[in-house]
Amino acid sequence: MLKDITLGQYFPGNTPVHRMDPRTKLILLVVYIVALFVAKGVIAYALVAAFLITAVALSKIKPKALFKGLKPILIIVILTAVLNLFYAQGERVIFRIWKLTATWEGLETAVYMILRIVMLISGTFLLTYTTSPIALTDGLESLLSPLKKIKVPVHEIAMMMCIALRFIPTLIEETDKIMSAQKARGADFESGNIFQRAKALIPILVPLFISAFRRADELATAMECRCYQGGDGRTKMKVLSYARRDLVTLALGLLLLAAVITLKALGL
Amino acid sequence: MKQAVEINHLAYEYPSPEGELSIQVFRDLSLTIAKGSFVAVLGRNGCGKSTLAKHLNAICLPSGGTVYVFGRCTGNEEELMEIRRTVGMVFQNPDNQIVANVVEEDVAFAPENLGVESSEIRRRVDDALKKVGMYDYRTHAPHLLSGGQKQRVAIAGVIAMLPECIVLDEPTAMLDPQGRREVMEIIAKLNAERDITVVLITHHMEEAAMADRVIILDRGQVAADGTPREVFSQVEKLHELGLAPPETVELCWAMNETGANLPLDALSCEECAEVLAKWLAT
Repeated sequence: MLKDITLGQYFPGNTPVHRMDPRTKLILLVVYIVALFVAKGVIAYALVAAFLITAVALSKIKPKALFKGLKPILIIVILTAVLNLFYAQGERVIFRIWKLTATWEGLETAVYMILRIVMLISGTFLLTYTTSPIALTDGLESLLSPLKKIKVPVHEIAMMMCIALRFIPTLIEETDKIMSAQKARGADFESGNIFQRAKALIPILVPLFISAFRRADELATAMECRCYQGGDGRTKMKVLSYARRDLVTLALGLLLLAAVITLKALGL
Repeated sequence: MKQAVEINHLAYEYPSPEGELSIQVFRDLSLTIAKGSFVAVLGRNGCGKSTLAKHLNAICLPSGGTVYVFGRCTGNEEELMEIRRTVGMVFQNPDNQIVANVVEEDVAFAPENLGVESSEIRRRVDDALKKVGMYDYRTHAPHLLSGGQKQRVAIAGVIAMLPECIVLDEPTAMLDPQGRREVMEIIAKLNAERDITVVLITHHMEEAAMADRVIILDRGQVAADGTPREVFSQVEKLHELGLAPPETVELCWAMNETGANLPLDALSCEECAEVLAKWLAT
């Protein structure tokens, strides 16, 4: 059951999207999200969608994988859509149920809302699907490095993210093991009301935390043994470097944003 | 400089909360380990094996006496990084010493810390992974590997620092027989081919028998020191120290108790069989 959790899943590949510098991808995602929220009207949405579809096609990520990622937020999408359908002010009524009125204007807003959420999540997933966690943390570290001047521990944050990602599967495995051990001794996690169930989790959490602290202690010693002394004077095996493709895509992203803003200004 | 490690009158006690008795691990321990040798350290739980290991790369500092590794004093803070680079350390649980979530990134961790140039790191990482036979797995996630493979990655991570000595603290304790064999083969190979001094802390007599010197610690003191043959043939002493000699030696010794007169230095099954065959023939 716990094995099904996928956090920041990465599909290795060798496409232009995979090879792109993680920093470019991060900036591009921000530009894309801004464009998505600025966008208004059919043409603007079509432009943003075309951008996303091109990226997905280039990355060779199966649309099925993207849709699978959308499943958990399906309820939110439906809820937002229904709310918008009835909430929007409009004249052209489609149908009435009790005091609720669905209008064509509402339907339009609902459709745009669905598109916006789906495209937002798909874009974000595309980033994590095509970028290894380590490249992602490296990219973040590099993008945030100007903040070092105002004493933000950027390297430490990136290191923590990297170690956290590394230990997620290890700790999930451990949780499974502890659960089995407690079940073998008669613990019951499935029955009872929500409070009883929450209480039943304590015998899992206590050993899990103790073991996590022990691991942390051992890892710290092992890191010290391998000459870790913080971010100063550290080099990288894989140095991030911008290629021409990064400049081109970045320019395309900014062009998209400019187009969407212009369309909005013109009121199209 | 012929000695890899020189320990003079080492004293150490674990710091303890106030009002409680501190635990004294070493009172007066002196020991030297020659460069390029393969030393196994044995002893029952709590005899100070792991604490000794931690003194070899300045994770623990002596409260009395001195420890020199390759001519450098571990108390000298300016040489700390050089000492830790020279003496690499591998621990028992491979899960708790792998930092990154890609094999090659983890092997690159130490050289990155040392500020080695990127192209040189790449070269060292590839070389280290080939040495432990994990090159084909370089882009894998560590948690998908078997215990033996993880431990080999951990060893590669240490080799990438180009150390002169590797200290292994029960590296096979959590592995299955297959993983244990893999790891032991690599350790022996590193010692033979690269002339890396190996200090192996272990509970397995068969592993200790592969070394060219065996040291038994007891209550912070050297209780026995010599070649595996010399040490393991002292069966009564081993029993006294709470250790079991290799099964082959144990067998010959038990036969001697019933009146046979066998030599006690058969460390492998083949040798033992030979000894028994010779005895049966007479």
